[in-house]
Amino acid sequence: MVAQNLDFSRLNVGDQLPPLEFGAISRHILALYCGGSGDHNPIHVDSDFAKAAGYDDVFAHGMLSMAILGRLLTNWTAQENIKSVSVRFVAITQVLDEVTASATILEKTVEDGEQQLTLEIATTTQTGAKTLSGTAIITVPQAM
Amino acid sequence: MLNPENIGRQSEHRNIVVEHGQLKLFAKAILETNPIYFDQAAAQAAGHRDILAPPTFSSCLKALAPSTELSYDSLGIDYKRLLHAEEKIESIHPIYAGDQLTLIGEVTNIYEKKGGALQFIVIQTKILRSETLVQQLTSTLVMRQEAA
Repeated sequence: MVAQNLDFSRLNVGDQLPPLEFGAISRHILALYCGGSGDHNPIHVDSDFAKAAGYDDVFAHGMLSMAILGRLLTNWTAQENIKSVSVRFVAITQVLDEVTASATILEKTVEDGEQQLTLEIATTTQTGAKTLSGTAIITVPQAM
Repeated sequence: MLNPENIGRQSEHRNIVVEHGQLKLFAKAILETNPIYFDQAAAQAAGHRDILAPPTFSSCLKALAPSTELSYDSLGIDYKRLLHAEEKIESIHPIYAGDQLTLIGEVTNIYEKKGGALQFIVIQTKILRSETLVQQLTSTLVMRQEAA
């Protein structure tokens, strides 16, 4: 997928970005993310360790859901336009949960000629429960 | 227990080279489909000098270039009681495969809520390339305290 050039004049507060349906967080994904991210906390990949810590099973890295939000953003706009991404981890994503990332335009501003969007971003699971909640700041270059 | 005396404590300067294989594995884990994130030729065809690190990869560098000075053990952080509370990633410049980066972390706050049942630690990490700030990360971690 190639991100499209954004036309600031046609973007409005309340507009939703195309959501990204990641699907189920399998144990295989958790193992790959453990190696890919360098986050080797055993609680995400070793069910014995997770149970000893009082959990029913392993659960997903919060940063994995944040990375899925990153994919939603870079599907929509070139990465150099993403100035910041900030999230709160509001609930645990259990293994096998199906994660969907979504974003909505919260604010649209022009300051010193710089066109900027604030997006409200979130991930949810198949039950609709919110797991991450936050904001992203996007600058939109002037049209050529 | 987290000790508030650690507020202001800094990590050593941690040097790391962003490896192509690491970015490819990260892309695979997040089911990335855009080849600029895992294929050098595709990235260069799109105008990038090498494979581009995705927006949240910078946060992984903290674990890939771990700090001795701010190790979880030395800060009193226990994996079994640890959860990630917040993460903020500020991007000033992109990070590419092959980049030689330096990470410097600092404990900027330690506080508690719910009468000490939850303890929070905030660690800010600056990522530099040739002394230029490229990304800044602010992580808030929370530790659940054992019931008395």
